[in-house]
Amino acid sequence: MSDSGSQQNGQAVVALGQGARVAVPIVLGYLSIGFAAGVVQRTSGLSVAEVMLMSLLLYAGSAQFVVASLIVAAAPGPLPVAAVVGTVFLVNLRHLLLSAALAPYFSRVAAWKNGLLGLQLTDETFVVAWAELLRGRVPDEGRAAWMAGLNLSAYLSWAAANLAGALASGYVGDTRALGFDFALPAMFGALLMMQLSAQRGSGERDPAPTAGNGRAAALIVAPVAALLAVVIALVLPGQWNIIIATLVAASVALVFGRSWKSARKS
Amino acid sequence: MEIRPEILIIVIASALVTAGPRVIPLILLSRIELPAWLREWLGAVPVAILAALLATELLTSGGRLLPLAGNPALLAILPVMAIAYGTRSLLGAVAAGVLTIALLRNFAA
Repeated sequence: MSDSGSQQNGQAVVALGQGARVAVPIVLGYLSIGFAAGVVQRTSGLSVAEVMLMSLLLYAGSAQFVVASLIVAAAPGPLPVAAVVGTVFLVNLRHLLLSAALAPYFSRVAAWKNGLLGLQLTDETFVVAWAELLRGRVPDEGRAAWMAGLNLSAYLSWAAANLAGALASGYVGDTRALGFDFALPAMFGALLMMQLSAQRGSGERDPAPTAGNGRAAALIVAPVAALLAVVIALVLPGQWNIIIATLVAASVALVFGRSWKSARKS
Repeated sequence: MEIRPEILIIVIASALVTAGPRVIPLILLSRIELPAWLREWLGAVPVAILAALLATELLTSGGRLLPLAGNPALLAILPVMAIAYGTRSLLGAVAAGVLTIALLRNFAA
């Protein structure tokens, strides 16, 4: 009994380390973006303690920028609590889609563990987790520990970078010259291409296959989503563009994939 | 080092409305079998989100369209995507992108 227990613990530690290893590109990106976010939040009038409260509890880059900018816009009047919270809700609503897309892969994980894992879900941890799951590189055993390793690496690097930025606010020069801020868009672009090259087939049983089961549908989803996201960003304030573009593009892919499949069958 | 009460309220309320969408689908949807069309639809979500985030990052800033010419990010994303497609190495692709944009910002134009 204790033997199998310690063996399980060993597996969990290994999985935790593997999860942390795939988080390396996220950590690089978060260290630079998080530093910038710390500087921005501090210069918008938040104290270091308030920056860290937000970093540790809210843990959402774009939402933290939104809160900071709304606080600046409201000064010197009273803080618009309801408007800020409402905007954060809308900005972070897209996590619904990410969480739902991961859910089938975590059906054997206890509900309370899924809850804790979900708390630290971000765009970046999602896309890395998704890419690894789709390529069949995450074993069933220790899957929760693997995701925890990925999550904690991202979470801790974000908090550390926020703290460093908040403390260094006022002393910083040009961090853009080093190009680290490009790590996040680069990661989105790389993961997109890896998705397209991985669609041909994956080892893992695939409970959430791309609509139309292939690159044909993905090749429609990507340009539709990109075009919509840009157009909506230009006409609608806030961060509605990501969620609307995603909803529409995924639906277009579903309709296209279904009609394409039925056309091939008949 | 003080925390104003309004800020505390904003952060806690924001954290709660953020936690809901993050946590609820993972807890509920992992327990029930989803219909095939919904799984297909969810399967298209990652590609859509990635493309939407990427296009927004590269082409817009603060609700405005960035100029296509003289936008180093548009050049730097090309080696990233080529390396990712060819080698499937995320770290290699990201490193190449960071290096490219640093070179472009420091030495081009």
